[in-house]
Amino acid sequence: MFEAVAFYLFAALTLVMFTITVMTSQALYALTAMAAGMIFISAFFFILGADFLGAIQIIVYTGAVMALYAFGMMFFDTTRRVVEKRTNPRFIIVLGAISAVLVALIVLAPIVTNNLNAYYPIDPSVGNTQAIGMVLFTKYLVPFELAAVMLLVAMIAGIVLAGKKMDKSLTLMAEEEIALLHASNVTSSTEEAH
Amino acid sequence: MEITLTHYLVLSTILFSIGLIGVMRRKNLLMLFFATEILLNSVNIGMAAISHYRGDYTGQMFAFFIIAIAASEVAVGLGLLIVWYKRTGKIDLDLMTSMKG
Amino acid sequence: MEIYLYIALFAPLAGSLFAALFGASPKTMLTGVMTSGLLFTSFISSTILLNYVLSGHTVHVEMMTWIATGDLYIPFGFVVDQVSVVMMMVVTIVSTVVHVYSVGYMDHDKGFNRFFSYLSAFVFSMMVLVMSDNFLGLFIGWEGVGLCSWLLIGFWYHKESATWAANEAFIMNRIADLAMLIGIFMLYWNLGSLQYDVVFANIATLPMHIITWIGIFLFIGAMGKSAQFPLHTWLADAMEGPTPVSALIHAATMVTAGVYLVVRANPIYDLIPNVGLFIASLGAFVALFAASMALVNRDMKRIIAYSTLSQLGYMFVAAGLGAYWVALFHLMAHAFFKALLFLGAGNVMHAMHDELDPFKMGGLRKVMKGTFIMMTLASVALAGIYPFAGFFSKDLILEVGFVEHHYIIYSVLLFTAMLTAFYSFRLVALIFHGEERYKLFGIHPHEAYKFMLVAMSPLLLLAMIAGSFKSTYYQLVTGLLPATHYHVHNVAIYWTMTIGTQLLVIAAIAFAYKKYVSFNSVPDGTSRMENSFIYQLLSNQYYIPKIYDEVFSKPYLQLSKFAWKQIDLKIVDATVDAIANAVYKTGEKTHTMQSGNLSSMLRWMVIGLIVLLVLAVAFTAGYNAVNLRAM
Repeated sequence: MFEAVAFYLFAALTLVMFTITVMTSQALYALTAMAAGMIFISAFFFILGADFLGAIQIIVYTGAVMALYAFGMMFFDTTRRVVEKRTNPRFIIVLGAISAVLVALIVLAPIVTNNLNAYYPIDPSVGNTQAIGMVLFTKYLVPFELAAVMLLVAMIAGIVLAGKKMDKSLTLMAEEEIALLHASNVTSSTEEAH
Repeated sequence: MEITLTHYLVLSTILFSIGLIGVMRRKNLLMLFFATEILLNSVNIGMAAISHYRGDYTGQMFAFFIIAIAASEVAVGLGLLIVWYKRTGKIDLDLMTSMKG
Repeated sequence: MEIYLYIALFAPLAGSLFAALFGASPKTMLTGVMTSGLLFTSFISSTILLNYVLSGHTVHVEMMTWIATGDLYIPFGFVVDQVSVVMMMVVTIVSTVVHVYSVGYMDHDKGFNRFFSYLSAFVFSMMVLVMSDNFLGLFIGWEGVGLCSWLLIGFWYHKESATWAANEAFIMNRIADLAMLIGIFMLYWNLGSLQYDVVFANIATLPMHIITWIGIFLFIGAMGKSAQFPLHTWLADAMEGPTPVSALIHAATMVTAGVYLVVRANPIYDLIPNVGLFIASLGAFVALFAASMALVNRDMKRIIAYSTLSQLGYMFVAAGLGAYWVALFHLMAHAFFKALLFLGAGNVMHAMHDELDPFKMGGLRKVMKGTFIMMTLASVALAGIYPFAGFFSKDLILEVGFVEHHYIIYSVLLFTAMLTAFYSFRLVALIFHGEERYKLFGIHPHEAYKFMLVAMSPLLLLAMIAGSFKSTYYQLVTGLLPATHYHVHNVAIYWTMTIGTQLLVIAAIAFAYKKYVSFNSVPDGTSRMENSFIYQLLSNQYYIPKIYDEVFSKPYLQLSKFAWKQIDLKIVDATVDAIANAVYKTGEKTHTMQSGNLSSMLRWMVIGLIVLLVLAVAFTAGYNAVNLRAM
């Protein structure tokens, strides 16, 4: 019974938050609603017994991703009202509704299974985090390493794309050139000050 | 009342369609990224629900990797967005039509 | 002996191909000499073959298989028997003379080489026609001469009247050829073979009505080629071609192909005497019909063309009444003097700078002695005066009519003989005697080249002496054709007939001379005679070309215009354009999908997603329904 209450409560909250995200014209409201929605989704994970996943959801999504988006908003100066040209709102909502109905039809059908064997069955005696750790570092080791590499690449890409003066490498230049660089920097900044 | 797998899947469906509406509706690129996040999260819920009701860790593993990928995608996406903003000063979708025809 | 057959057959083809190499080049004397030489070789071979056949043999070769599918077997076969060797001699003699003559006649023509190529091709087709040993080979030759006739009538293709006349000839022939094809199909369907020997051996086994229809259809084909009524209008218009063409094709060879067909198929026509009577009656009618139109015509070549038509009628009378050897004999004699007449007319035309109206000539015998003698003698032969060739052949036909108790036909032919004499000498008198009316038009005539006159002389000789060949000819030809003697048993009646005919003919000649020798002005359409009803009727060819034009040509033109404008443009073209348009419009509409706008592309993605989901739901539901029902 608790489970039912929790489910419906969090479901309602999530739906409202996400609806605000897609419908509002204020960028700040969208961001805030998004962050809230993420938190409520982690609640679902806890209900479902995926503790580690829920914690990760809060840390990564709400913490890192939302922070990144907030930084982006500051950069693009979209704290003002977002002005968007509206084309055919009704058509879009109809399309979304139809797709929702169709997929719901698919998932509402009774599920028929013939002896589906679980690949990595859940052992209730082991804690979730411990179990995740065991499966991740043994069965899913290669995808894990690949994901690590991918994250490294993404980080470097982000730095290169966003950074200033990324075309000069200080470690490869001689002492005199660096001194010249500093001198030109000082003069240009003093000019700017005046 | 008993919450079955079906409930979670229907919830996932509804969240997914909300995400679709957002994707179709938004003209500001940053808002578009928000809607993409919603899509990914709805799938995560579905994965975790299946994992729970099937007694299999595979669903949760999938959800992990989806989170990891989403994070890197955001990093790269925002980086590209910054470059575009520096070049054109606008992030309106209607003005990005260089792929016309 | 076969080698001579092949030489006779293929020498003209070799000449034609040789001349065709020079088709687009300016005139070279070599083409004329070469083709004439090759034709002379063909003539020599034919003479050798004649000698051979005279001693009682025939030559029959099968050159190669043409069609061998299932039950159908048709070879390229050639036979030289009594009938075909006579035709070969006629064709080669006249062709050689015409070739040599044309070297001089077409002297200043730009299409000199092309002319000889076409002319030799025509002779080759004619040889195939007469030498073939099955009906389909005959048909190939038939079509070949039709084609070459079209090429030659329309030789000066820049003249619209010439191309029109060529088309008219070809189309009329085609209509008749359809009937002939039906006849050939019926022969094959009922007898299983088209070889002459097989057909004639088995024709009597067919039911009577089938044989009648075969005879009728084959004769309709002959009607087209030999210009019998009602398919006769093309022959007069075919005079648009150069005069040597008229001499060769429309006097001696092509138009006689119809007669040859009837003579060759005599076993068939012997079985159906009713059709034969119809053929004879039609022939008599045409003889009178054509002669009447020649009486008042003011075009020199047309007069001679109507004369040809009239004589063809005579030939068909003989063939229809069963006297096949008589028809062939008249064919042979007629070829000589008619070709001579045409070639003489060509000389006159050249001298008078292509003027065709005899009323504008006159007194030319002072300037063109050679042509005058030749044309007069040819006209005497045509009129049938003893001892020239025409007497023996034409009078024989009159006798046939009398002996077979067809008195109406006899009287018609007798009357026509008088008319023939009249208009022939009207022409001669107007051209060569009387006042020199050409001086009014500032023309300075001169005789043709010497070698042209020399070339014409063999024909003159033959026109005079061909009658003496009659007995040899009879011995030869009755090896194949039925040998009926036509005797008027009562000696008194016989001599009355013969002398009477001669007197009537001479009287007609005298009348013509008296009337036309002293003409000193050119009639200009205002005299009372010219405006009389009969004159108008005859002068306009009984208005038959006009009737054909109104009844057939104009409605067909309307139909074509309708088919073009309504059906072709509006339906066929519109459909094709609509298909192309549909593709183009679809492209234009879907082009907007590629706007480069990410938002609209995302919308399209969602629409695609919905389509796939619908398909998935439908398939799953259908699959389950089927499975559950099966369970």
